[in-house]
Amino acid sequence: MGVRSVLVDLLAGNRGGQILLAVLLAAVVVVPISNLLLPADSVLHVPTYVVSLMGKYLTFALLALSVDLIWGYAGVLSLGHGAFFALGGYAMGMYMMRQIGDRGVYGHPELPDFMVFLDWKELPWYWQGFDWFPFAMVMALVVPGALALVFGWFAFRSRVTGVYLSIITQAMTFALMLAFFRNDMGFGGNNGLTDFKELLGFNLQADGTRVALFCASAAAVALGYLLGRFIVRSRAGRVLVAVRDAETRVRFLGYRVEHYKLFVFVLSAMLAGLAGALYVPQVGIINPSEFAPAASIEIVVWVAVGGRGSLYGAVLGAILVNYAKTVFTGVLPDMWLFVLGGLFIAVTLFLPKGIVGTVPVFKRAGVRWRRRPGRARSPESAP
Amino acid sequence: MPTRGFALPSLAAVLSCIAIVAIVAGGAPASHAATLDEAVQGLSAKSYKDRAVGVEVLAATGHPRTIPILEAMAKGQLFVRKADGVLVIGHKTGKVYSLTNALDGSAVGDARKKELKKVKVNNRLRGVIKATLGGLTLLSDDPDQREAAAAAVFAARDAGALETVEQAIAREEDPGLLDQLTLAKAAIETSPDFPLDVRLAAVERLSESALPEVRSLLASLSQESEPDAEVRASAAEALDAVERDLAFWNLLGAIFQGLSLGSVLLLAAVGLAITFGVMGVINMAHGELVMLGAYTTYVVQQLFRDFAPGGLDYSLAVAVPAAFLVAGAAGVAIERSVIRWLYGRPFETLLATWGLSLILQQLVRTVFGPTNREVSSPSWLSGAFETATGLVLPYNRVAIIIFSLLVVAGIALVLRRTALGLYMRAVTQNRSMASSMGIRTGWVDAATFGLGAGIAGVAGVALSQIDNVSPNLGQAYIVDSFMVVVFGGVGNLWGTLVGAMSLGVINKFLEPFAGAVLAKILVLVAIILFIQKRPRGLFALKGRAAES
Repeated sequence: MGVRSVLVDLLAGNRGGQILLAVLLAAVVVVPISNLLLPADSVLHVPTYVVSLMGKYLTFALLALSVDLIWGYAGVLSLGHGAFFALGGYAMGMYMMRQIGDRGVYGHPELPDFMVFLDWKELPWYWQGFDWFPFAMVMALVVPGALALVFGWFAFRSRVTGVYLSIITQAMTFALMLAFFRNDMGFGGNNGLTDFKELLGFNLQADGTRVALFCASAAAVALGYLLGRFIVRSRAGRVLVAVRDAETRVRFLGYRVEHYKLFVFVLSAMLAGLAGALYVPQVGIINPSEFAPAASIEIVVWVAVGGRGSLYGAVLGAILVNYAKTVFTGVLPDMWLFVLGGLFIAVTLFLPKGIVGTVPVFKRAGVRWRRRPGRARSPESAP
Repeated sequence: MPTRGFALPSLAAVLSCIAIVAIVAGGAPASHAATLDEAVQGLSAKSYKDRAVGVEVLAATGHPRTIPILEAMAKGQLFVRKADGVLVIGHKTGKVYSLTNALDGSAVGDARKKELKKVKVNNRLRGVIKATLGGLTLLSDDPDQREAAAAAVFAARDAGALETVEQAIAREEDPGLLDQLTLAKAAIETSPDFPLDVRLAAVERLSESALPEVRSLLASLSQESEPDAEVRASAAEALDAVERDLAFWNLLGAIFQGLSLGSVLLLAAVGLAITFGVMGVINMAHGELVMLGAYTTYVVQQLFRDFAPGGLDYSLAVAVPAAFLVAGAAGVAIERSVIRWLYGRPFETLLATWGLSLILQQLVRTVFGPTNREVSSPSWLSGAFETATGLVLPYNRVAIIIFSLLVVAGIALVLRRTALGLYMRAVTQNRSMASSMGIRTGWVDAATFGLGAGIAGVAGVALSQIDNVSPNLGQAYIVDSFMVVVFGGVGNLWGTLVGAMSLGVINKFLEPFAGAVLAKILVLVAIILFIQKRPRGLFALKGRAAES
């Protein structure tokens, strides 16, 4: 009863959110049926690779949602969210590495292949516990959250704002990338973690596992959306918007601006970590390139394309841009960077509110067009 | 004669051989104690000892033929023809030896082995010959040969060469060579055959040098094997002094490398100091403008290769203005087409310029291909200053340090002393006021951005000398250069200079302990922490401008 009223409250008058949840629900119902029950030669059959691809888009959507939460509502442009995503992914990757057991190339019962290759004798302390799924999942949330907490605490407390914050978040992910490239870190260096076999005992290559991961991703996006919507509609959320629009004024009114920012920054990092944890089993690899500054800034353009400050816009943007990326890198790989670069420019110059923010403009224009003088007299437009 | 003298290191031997082969035609001192004819007789004497004397007599003649004869002798190619007793040099060709007369170098036909009697040498004699040869080239007219010979004598430490060394010292005019010769003399005089006071003076002399060879000599003198306790103590002390010296030079070396890295950072960042610092525009395509400059250098060099190969060494002089113009024009185009619509919206500027950077990268990749392009260094930039203490300062690194300082000075001049600089500062401080005073603010914006971009292009010329010219060149510097600007304090050229140099030096000081990658990570973390403490950087602007 309570849940239902909250849901109604969150979605009432929120057309975009309603559509998003409806689409996700439909996908969760249709995709498993189409992939698992329909025969492979059926027109309506969705091949497994497409399921995984869509699952990947959904994890990106969750990541974009986490960025929109802080950028769209708190005005904090993080160029380092890829780091939180990658950390969550590494936590999941470590769990799956431990699942391989003695089926690695070297057949070592305890150590992952790359450690045997580096001639390590025992598992490093920070790998302990990752063979237990709940622990790994908690770490996928706690590690990004803790990093965000420490980083944000320093940054917001000393009032590093605007582009300065963006630049140092970029430096943060750059430093992490360099660190993870080192073999000594114990995370597989250049190659990262890969060759996963199974998750919770289910074969990762199996159709059922893929579909389940897709459904989990869809559920995560839905829950992430509802959580984000809940926060931005709360009192704290309104303070955040106020911070975005006039930080100094909010501070003068007596709010501890840094606390609000820190809260939403940590929450956003944990969402990104969750997205990473769902991403890795679906693509089968995690390596330091996820930490690259370019990867993080690309997330921002997903949000910008979709439209910041609506949450569902970020989801839409992430899926559209990544679909375009899949198409272009398949057909015209050389063109993709031109397209992506052009998107950055076009969105900022011509679509500052993104796709979602531009729809109302068209609507208003449409209304004006329908109500334009003389329309009633034109015979062909009579109802 | 000390036995140590015979354990001749092969390097010294090779050096002296090279030196000797080259000198054949060179002039020799005119003190002919005996004629060559007489002197060579001693070489085929019965006992090895007499042959050693013969070698010294021959050397004393100072005749140019001395060197090939002794060389052949050391290699076992000196023979006496049994038939007539003539001294010949024989090279084995197939089954027979082709002979040349040892005295005048003329060919005298072939001979089988049994017709010849080899002038035998043992190790001891071979040592004498090599030391003598080293001594002979000490008096050469060619400074390079004298230098090689001094090194050979130092390594051999043969007392027999002492006289020649002293002779060479008396004649030497080049201070650097003189230093090496006196070192060689001191090295010889450390031998236990010399009286104590001479040996101590020699150790004293050695302590003034920090060369690795000197250090190992001093180290061996401070060992238990050295019979005299006083020499041992003095050598140990001298060694200490040398080590301290060396630590000092290493420190200087690290500072130099730090400044070198700092100057690279400075070049990459100084254009940003204008676009970001003065205009407040976050230009994420800055690295790509640097890359454009580097590719311009490549193109200019190719043009020189095709049309004026003789001027290739001076192509950099053309590349600098060309890169400035190319990158500057790109900058003006970017400003007019994209950035001017985004003033006051830093996030949007950041994203749009990032998009531009992707496009520029892909454009260059499409035109020039994804692989590295080779930009050669002009001959006047290859090579290095080397000090006697092992400090190496490559010319191109030195040139980049000087160049970066010149660029900064140039920018400072433009900003402070020209009308354009005045307009720039006016527009950034109060746009509407500047506009009311009749300044065309749009034009000034474009010019300012063009200036920053042009400087980025010039930086690309410098970077092409030390880094790979590839489409990813700019990406490698973008994070670093933003760090420099933010660390030094935005809107402050002096801060950028100090920031870049101190980051470079700190990085190079951390490297020996932490490794290159970890050092970089540590510096980044340090900057992140530093910015928390001083959000406005090292040299924050004071007053109202700081609040905006």
